[in-house]
Amino acid sequence: MSEDLVEIQVDGQALKAPRGALLIDITDANGIDIPRFCYHKKLSVAANCRMCLVEVEKAPKPLPACATQVMEGMVVHTRSAKAIAAQKGTMEFLLINHPLDCPICDQGGECELQDVAIGYGSDVSQFSEEKRVVVDEDIGSLIATEMTRCIHCTRCVRFGEEIAGMREMGATGRSEHVRIGTFIEKSISSEMSGNIIDLCPVGALTAKPSRYSARAWELMQHASVAPHDSVGSNLFLHTWQGGVTRVVPRDNESINEVWISDRDRFSYQALQADDRLSTPMIKQNGQWQEASWEAALAVASDLLKTPSADQIGALLSPNASLEELYLGQKLMRGLGSNHIDHRLRQLDFSDQEQAPVMPWLGQSIEALESLQAALLIGSNVRKEQPLIAHRLRKASLNGAQISFVNPKVYEFHFELAENIGVDPFEMVSELAAIAAAAGVQSGASDLGGWIAAAKPTDAHQAIANSLKADNSCVMLGNLAVLNPHYAALRALSSAIAVATDSLFSYLPEAANSAGAWLAGVLPHRGPAGMSKEHGLNAQQMLQEPRQAYLLLGVEAERDCADPALATAALQNAKVVAMTSFASESMKALADVLLPAATFAETSGTYVNATGLWQSCKGASKAVGEARPAWKVLRVLGNLLDLDGFEFISSEEVRDELKVACRDLNLDNALSVSACLNLAERPAGLLRSGDVPIYHGDALVRRATALQATVDADVEAVVINTAEAKRLALDSAETVKVTQVTGSVELPLRLDDSIPIGSAWLPTGIVAAESLGSLYATVELEKV
Amino acid sequence: MSEALLLSAHAREEIDGWVARYPKEQKRSALLSALQIVQHENQGYLTTELMDAVALYLEQDKIAVYEVASFYSMYELEPVARNSVSICDNISCMLMGSETIINHVERKLGIKIGESTEDGRIFLKKEEECLAACSGGPMMQVNHVYYTELTTDKVDEILDNLE
Repeated sequence: MSEDLVEIQVDGQALKAPRGALLIDITDANGIDIPRFCYHKKLSVAANCRMCLVEVEKAPKPLPACATQVMEGMVVHTRSAKAIAAQKGTMEFLLINHPLDCPICDQGGECELQDVAIGYGSDVSQFSEEKRVVVDEDIGSLIATEMTRCIHCTRCVRFGEEIAGMREMGATGRSEHVRIGTFIEKSISSEMSGNIIDLCPVGALTAKPSRYSARAWELMQHASVAPHDSVGSNLFLHTWQGGVTRVVPRDNESINEVWISDRDRFSYQALQADDRLSTPMIKQNGQWQEASWEAALAVASDLLKTPSADQIGALLSPNASLEELYLGQKLMRGLGSNHIDHRLRQLDFSDQEQAPVMPWLGQSIEALESLQAALLIGSNVRKEQPLIAHRLRKASLNGAQISFVNPKVYEFHFELAENIGVDPFEMVSELAAIAAAAGVQSGASDLGGWIAAAKPTDAHQAIANSLKADNSCVMLGNLAVLNPHYAALRALSSAIAVATDSLFSYLPEAANSAGAWLAGVLPHRGPAGMSKEHGLNAQQMLQEPRQAYLLLGVEAERDCADPALATAALQNAKVVAMTSFASESMKALADVLLPAATFAETSGTYVNATGLWQSCKGASKAVGEARPAWKVLRVLGNLLDLDGFEFISSEEVRDELKVACRDLNLDNALSVSACLNLAERPAGLLRSGDVPIYHGDALVRRATALQATVDADVEAVVINTAEAKRLALDSAETVKVTQVTGSVELPLRLDDSIPIGSAWLPTGIVAAESLGSLYATVELEKV
Repeated sequence: MSEALLLSAHAREEIDGWVARYPKEQKRSALLSALQIVQHENQGYLTTELMDAVALYLEQDKIAVYEVASFYSMYELEPVARNSVSICDNISCMLMGSETIINHVERKLGIKIGESTEDGRIFLKKEEECLAACSGGPMMQVNHVYYTELTTDKVDEILDNLE
């Protein structure tokens, strides 16, 4: 132990503490309670609430424990008459302007002010003047404000600046007139904004969607895991009378620290969606009939066993639980089909044989903070994996050189070294240029030609140089997977990583993308990467339509790479859909609907980006007749007379896979041997896009509060100003967008972050349901 | 980018002069002066658009500019009359009779402290604290000029001569 320790005494107790540590951290670590409002372990020290005043011997006045560094021989009294008098004095002033509206305040019962007031407040206030009243601002659909209750701790303000990376809240005015707010009426737009609800020590900022719905002491708390991105943030689901009323973070320093993204916090609203499926249903002569489970399962098993094995395909959502994914593929393989996939939005499968058993982050989430350089390829990490972006932001604040190569110039909340946004078909040449700058030899491999042809600019050279730092990383993100040149991007990224001695890393797209690889939800590999005779991948089984499909949590018109293709294929086939929701499109495509419990209603496991298996129990009862999908699959397996479907619990399912994965070594290393033919860029204006943060899966699409945020406002086509001029569309407000497969009228927006030649129209959104895939030619026409 | 164009070339030049006085990475140090320059060019008050323009120009968060502009009494965030009149009412001036002066001016102009005359000529600035001219109390500041040892006659003359 080389640590420099000092000895201090707190309330008569001798303590050792690192020199210079903050007194409040030491007392917290030793279970000595000091009241506080403005102090928060993840935020800078403001020392403006003065609640943590303590007596320090030889100091003339009480000192704030949050801003006092420990020194050798310091003698502290937290409960002496002087300390208590100081704390009570502070409390009295804090309460002067605080309304006594606890009975109608959502924070009541879990309010730091209420708690501390019980300990330090006086029964009667000496203040008989008028209290201050603050007019509330509407700051959006997620956070309710009642700013008269605010005690100006500024945690929310510091959060914006220090964690969210965008300062939206501030303290305007002076003295008596200080107000915390946005000053002008505007919606808070950070993808992590909901955390200020937890940070607020009073009822000034509360969760709008769950407002007035339950009292804190009536809620049951259940540990869970977020089912959206591959971070696997730890959650607590709070239930009231069996239903989930709200979601809050569960501290886990190695994953989400004390934060969660707004998506993880508010997606629970979908559990009560209007189109929630609560009973099994069978389509008879085009009419939907409610059915018993027995009847529905009998029809389902018939539909799946009638065609030959080669004529059935399965599309399983990467947001499903590991158990569901594993049983889904087991069922299909039991029936003799390898047409199984979870890579619903992928277009280029040419190098799937070379893909790692499980593409993963290659490091811990915490380790991202200490990166010195990173190159992210095809990633809008801020919206795709907000908490990974948070770690990268910390790295950037520590001086890391972080660069992006993307199909548009995304905005990030930290400083970037380079931010390249090009035509999606030019990402390969960008990477080739970086590879050339990094000294990758244009030798025998398939990459040679591109690298030889590359003309690195200063930017490419700068990226290559930055990656030569000791601790650097090359990462493939969600948009790389969507890219029609995914295999080439993978090969080049790997080559760059090798040449610069960087870690080669993946950001798995969805909550269980990593799990789906392990579970064998792939046409060419079974569980634990076991090689299998090749089945059809997600794209092929729609291009070469099968007679029957099994869908699990998939909304084809929103989740598949090519909604038009998917809809056409499913329309003409028999479809068994296990789903929590029955949208109109789902009803149009499916033949049997089996109501599935959501993540909150069943036990299940999610494998996050670091390969961590996180299991959780169901927190609430599923609506109506809905059942956990793993149970439904198990029964289907029995009905189809398949072997190995005798599970009693989801844990048994998980453990079977776990045993199979016991000896796996996760390794992203790529041996380039695939023949890489680059798909040619279609001529003309190209549709480009991503999957917007609040459109990625069935749950978020139904979270009404999230749908009312700025980030959800994506039903539009966006082009570069110069492109608009060229197409004589600069005055157009609405355009007709035509792809081969269909057309749709949308508002036109101009934004120079979109490269020339691209028309940005995301996938997964309502407007794109009738269209084909991204990266195809589109025409815009003024309406 | 169009927001920054709200600032005149002259304003930008002056702001650049202030930016140059501070270390490169501390552009925000020029914020107080920048707001003053912009306010001066905009008939004595700031709009949200102008504050946004300053934020963009100095690479600051908008809210950081709002905070500063709303904190200091020298910035006006609502339209005011073109001549700003601040009558000191701190202790020295009060002892020398500033109350009489204030009452006189309010009656004469038919407005209260904090208000502007309807013809857009005179704005009586609210809550002006000590302007550091105690030896000449009662005193007032008209636009950027100090007037000391005020009497009601003297005040009349000064105010009547304002454009």
